[in-house]
Amino acid sequence: MLLALKKVGEVQKMLNEKDKVFQNLHGFQEPFIEGALKRGSWSNTKEILSKDQNDIIELVKSSQLRGRGGAGFSTGLKWSFMPKNTGKQHYLVVNADESEPGTCKDREIIRNDPHTLVEGCLIASYAIQATKCYIYIRGEYHHEYVQLEKAIEEAYEHGFIGKNACGSGFDFDLYVHRGAGAYICGEETALLESLEGKKGQPRLKPPFPAGVGLYGMPTTINNVESIAVVPTILRRGPDWFKSIGAENNTGTKIFCISGNVNKPCTIEEEMGIPLKELVEKHCDGVEGGWDNLKAIVPGGSSTPMLPKNICESVLMNFDDLKANGSGLGTAGVIVVNKNNDIAEVIERFAHFYKHESCGQCTPCREGTGWMHRMMQRLVRGEISPEQIELLENVTKQVEGHTICALGDAAAWPIQGLIKNFKSELISKYNKKLKAS
Amino acid sequence: MSGNHPGLSNNFSRSGEKFSWSKDNLRSIKNIISKYPKGREQSAVMPLLYLAQEQNNNWISIECIETIAETLNMPKIRVTEVASFYSMYNTRPVGENLVQICRTSPCWLRGSNKITKTICKETKCEINDTSDDNKFTVVEVECLGACSNGPMIQINNDFFEDLDEESTKKIINNIKEGKPNVIGSQKGRRSSENA
Repeated sequence: MLLALKKVGEVQKMLNEKDKVFQNLHGFQEPFIEGALKRGSWSNTKEILSKDQNDIIELVKSSQLRGRGGAGFSTGLKWSFMPKNTGKQHYLVVNADESEPGTCKDREIIRNDPHTLVEGCLIASYAIQATKCYIYIRGEYHHEYVQLEKAIEEAYEHGFIGKNACGSGFDFDLYVHRGAGAYICGEETALLESLEGKKGQPRLKPPFPAGVGLYGMPTTINNVESIAVVPTILRRGPDWFKSIGAENNTGTKIFCISGNVNKPCTIEEEMGIPLKELVEKHCDGVEGGWDNLKAIVPGGSSTPMLPKNICESVLMNFDDLKANGSGLGTAGVIVVNKNNDIAEVIERFAHFYKHESCGQCTPCREGTGWMHRMMQRLVRGEISPEQIELLENVTKQVEGHTICALGDAAAWPIQGLIKNFKSELISKYNKKLKAS
Repeated sequence: MSGNHPGLSNNFSRSGEKFSWSKDNLRSIKNIISKYPKGREQSAVMPLLYLAQEQNNNWISIECIETIAETLNMPKIRVTEVASFYSMYNTRPVGENLVQICRTSPCWLRGSNKITKTICKETKCEINDTSDDNKFTVVEVECLGACSNGPMIQINNDFFEDLDEESTKKIINNIKEGKPNVIGSQKGRRSSENA
């Protein structure tokens, strides 16, 4: 059957309850094995594992699943980069170091529906010929770590993982490794360094982890959400997944909405839901009404903010947000209303990046500190129009000149602020000038 | 640097007492090391730092570092590097309750400043201080990853979410009086559902 995919830009309807992958996202049901079996986890895993490994990769590729960790790269394609039959130990590493400000989605999967992740780890590992998998969970998620360990123990007890997992003949071990409060370890190669017992400083690429990864072995690193949706995609088929969302922006997505909304929440919705609908329907609107909206950061702190006029119509998917000068990132939606100083929102992000820079590359180590100091002055109305231009210029010198993307991530929010609210920043300066 | 809390300095100090693993921890260590391939014991340095911190009243002394280095057959400087890089290893003594207040934008937009003020007042601590009775150490931290439940704080291992001044005061006072606290949302939410 040929499926007519919607084009990006077509307005979509609200997600059907039965199409939600995470039936227990908010924890109203039993989170562990009893509830997981009722929700359909582990129901025909053996059958899935009887498929050829390449076939599984092809199915995931054809579902057009894109990585949920921020970059939006095709998950199936990433898996296909893994070398085949090397005779070496392959690894799957799951990135649960959720630390991007505005993002709290993996937390809900791990504490309320951990078996979707455990099963996903097994299937993904089988597809890339990895018999060992590590889940790297951020240190602050202690409660979530306990929940996850319990789910893994249950999976071992039921023979779902371990020797001859699910009776498939495939041996598989799953371990959890706790981080300890470093945002940079969410960068995949920094995460590998950390897992090897070192400071989490990103590695130069190439070589890419698929060739030389954890302990020098072929490794794939995926986000929690990307892995946890895989079992459902294989159960219900890529065509079902593609029927939700639009072309190349398929499936469901967990959005976390925070900041100035009446009811902040985390919700699974159709990829590409209009931003305004997300805020109005699921969060009971902006504090003080839609007209009190100042700007929205659509995808976690690194993505440039969107002014109100774009928020009116933009769709929450990879391509439409990109076309509007921002990105889906981790889908952490931060809403800012007019009661708050938009410059201070960005100043706090700048503080965050200064604190989290690993110190390896000079433009980032020195640049994040400098940009933060300038942002502090900007909040106080102490930098002139020329200096605002200088600040913008410096963000462009940090951007793209570092080993990892933290430099870019520190630069983009400031660029977004200056792009959208330059005249306001200048009048702040003039006001201060007059007052003195 | 992605190092410690602004106030928890990177200068390590000695506790003056020898640090040796408890029996329970010796067993745990065996288990932990078995999670990693042979010859890659260094991977266990982060979990061992956690164990040492737990056994050593919630902080890492130079003695802890020496013992970990010996256990994992690692140079001391490599253990020190790791302990100073990650913010969750306390490199100086902290109070019984380490109160971490999220200061990043999503929580700030919902009033984290007021929460900070309330906590400082109730614990009689400035930011980065430990109270005289050693009950509390108060620090401001970057995003803790519970943004839909902001403003929020973490006390030792527990998250307290959906805070306002009233509920924050109550949490601190319950700790003072030795009463139990409800962890998670203080507004009765199960997790981060729309409610």
